[in-house]
Amino acid sequence: MSHHVSTGAGPTHGSGLPGAPVSLAGRSRPGETVIKAVLFVSAMLSIAITFGIIAALIQPVIDFFGEVAVSEFFSFDEGSRFAVMPLISATLVTTAIALVVAVPLGLGAAMYLSEYASPRARKVLKPTVELLAGVPSVVYGFFAVMFVTPTLLQDILGLEVSFLNALSAGLILGVMIIPTIASLSEDALSAVPQSLRQGSLAMGANRMQTTLRVVMPAALSGIAAAIVLGLSRAIGETMIVTIAAGSQRNLSLDPREGMQTMTGFMATTAGGENPVGSTSYNTLFAVGLTLFAITLVINIISITLVRRFRQVY
Amino acid sequence: MSLAATTARDTVRIATGRSRDRNPGSMVFLGALWFSLFFGVMVLVVLILDTAIAGAGRFDAELLTGYDSTLSPERTGFRAGILGSLWLMLFTAVMAVPLGIAAAVYLEEFADGRRWYNRLIEVNLQNLAAVPAIVYGLLAVAVMATAGFQRKGIVLGGAIALALLILPVIIITTREAVRAVPREIRDGSLALGATTWQTTWRQTLPSAVPGIATGTILGLSRAIGEAAPLVMLGLASSLRFDPEGLMSPITALPIQIYGLSSSSQEAYKEAASAAIIVLLVMILGLNALAIYIRNKFQRSW
Repeated sequence: MSHHVSTGAGPTHGSGLPGAPVSLAGRSRPGETVIKAVLFVSAMLSIAITFGIIAALIQPVIDFFGEVAVSEFFSFDEGSRFAVMPLISATLVTTAIALVVAVPLGLGAAMYLSEYASPRARKVLKPTVELLAGVPSVVYGFFAVMFVTPTLLQDILGLEVSFLNALSAGLILGVMIIPTIASLSEDALSAVPQSLRQGSLAMGANRMQTTLRVVMPAALSGIAAAIVLGLSRAIGETMIVTIAAGSQRNLSLDPREGMQTMTGFMATTAGGENPVGSTSYNTLFAVGLTLFAITLVINIISITLVRRFRQVY
Repeated sequence: MSLAATTARDTVRIATGRSRDRNPGSMVFLGALWFSLFFGVMVLVVLILDTAIAGAGRFDAELLTGYDSTLSPERTGFRAGILGSLWLMLFTAVMAVPLGIAAAVYLEEFADGRRWYNRLIEVNLQNLAAVPAIVYGLLAVAVMATAGFQRKGIVLGGAIALALLILPVIIITTREAVRAVPREIRDGSLALGATTWQTTWRQTLPSAVPGIATGTILGLSRAIGEAAPLVMLGLASSLRFDPEGLMSPITALPIQIYGLSSSSQEAYKEAASAAIIVLLVMILGLNALAIYIRNKFQRSW
C-alpha cells in the first residue's frame, strides 16, 4: 500500500482501474500521524528486543572470556565447571530421542488429518492434538520423574535406568513437540495440489501409495521445516530436562544415564546464588548465547524451508 | 486447506472406491496413522489420571488457601503461588497486550511490505516466536541488573520476561484476526470519507475483537504455565506472604511445583500432584474460554 497525501479539498485518488490497489490514505491529520508513529514504534520494538537480547548477552560473555579461556569453554572436560561440550552432547542426546518419538508420530497424525480425516473429524482432532502443547513443561517434567522413569521404564519395560535419566526426559520432550511437527506438516501436506493426488489415483494407486509416494515427497520441504522447528523447540526446552535428566555433567551417549543439558545447566545455576558480575553469573550468559546462536541458526533454516515450500505451488 | 482435503476424499471415493484400500499393507498403514493420532491423547489421559490419583488426598481447602509449610508437609498449600501466578498474568497482560495489538495493527494496516525495515520486522518476529523461553528469562535478568534492581524474583522482572515471551504470539494472532476482516468493510468506511485510522479504530478492530481475544487468552495461558524464565529470574519456590506490589518478591504455581519436584517427602509429592491439577484446570479453563469466544463470536463474512 502506498501512502499518497492528497493536497487540496477532496480526495483525488480512486482513479485506478477496477482491482487496482486503492490508496487508503485519505486526508492527513496531525493526530493520526502521531498514532501511526506510536504504532510504528510498537512494531519496531521487536527489533529492539532482538538487539536487547544480543546486547544483554554480549557484555557478560566478554567478561566471561576475560576470566575463562575459550579453549576451556569449548573443551570436552566433564570435570571443568565451564566446559560447554558435555552440555551440548547431553542436549543432542535428549533432542535425538525426542525426534525419534515426535517425527513418526507427528507425521502420522499429520497424514491422517490431511489425507484421511473428514472435515468434521479434523475440526475436533486437530485441537485435541494441540492440547499437548498447552501442558506446562514443569508438569511434563514432574510426570517424567513420577511416572515414566519408575513405572514405565523400570517396572513395565524392565530397563536399568538411573532415577534421573536422559531417556525419560527425551521421550516426554518428544511428546511435547508432537503438535509442532503435526500441525506444520499438516499445513504442508494440505497445500499439495489436488491434481497430483488425482494423477496418482488415476494411475491406479491406492490412498496409502498416494500419500507416501506422491503427497509426502511433494510436501517434503514443508515437512522438513516442521521437523527443524520441532528440533529447535526440543533444544530450547528447559523444565523437562532440568527435572528429569539430572544435573550431572556427562559426555556419555547412553540415554539411561543422567546428564545435564545446556538449558538444564542454566536453570540449575540460576537457582543458586550468583552475584551479578561473578564468573558463575557470566557462565550463564556464555551458555545462553551459545543456545541462542544454535536456535537462531536452526530457526533461520526453518523459515527458509517454509518459504521454499510456499513458492513451489 | 480444508476445502482441498475435502475434495481429496471425494476424489478417492469416486476414483477408486474403497476396495483398493482394503489390502493388509494399507490397513496396517491406516492403523499406524490412527496410533500416531491417539498416542498424544493417550499420554495426556495417563498424565492427568496418574497425577489426579497421586494428588487425590490433597484436594482440600488448605491446598488453595494455605501457605507453604515445612512443619506439616501434609497441610502445605499453594496460596502464594496461585496469587503470584494471577498477579504475573495481570501485569504481563498490561504490558504485552496493548503493545502486541499496536504492532500487529501497524504491520497489517499501515506498513508497506516492500520497505526493507518492515520486512526486517516480519522475519524478526518469526524468529522471536521460536527463541527459547529461557533466553527471555536471561534478557529480563540483564534488564533488571542494568536498571539497578538488586532484589531477585520480584513481580516486575517476572512480568517483563513473560510479556516478552508472549508478545510474538499476540502479534501473530492479532495480525491473523485483522487480516480476516474483509476488504469491503474497510472500503465502505473509506468511501464514506473516514481516514485510515478512523477505519481501523471504528471498523476493523471491533470486527477483529474475537480473534484478538482468543489469541491473547492463549498467550496468557502459555505464560501462566511457563517456569523457565521465572527460574532464571530467581523467583523463590516458597513464600509465606501475598504479593503486595510491583517490587514485591513473588512466587508462581509452576515454580512451586518445580521446587517440590525434587522433594523426597511423599507428602510434598502428593501436594505437588494436586497443585498440577489446579494448574491444569486454570490452563484448560483459559483454553476453553478461548474456544468459547472463537465459536460464539466467529463470523463468516
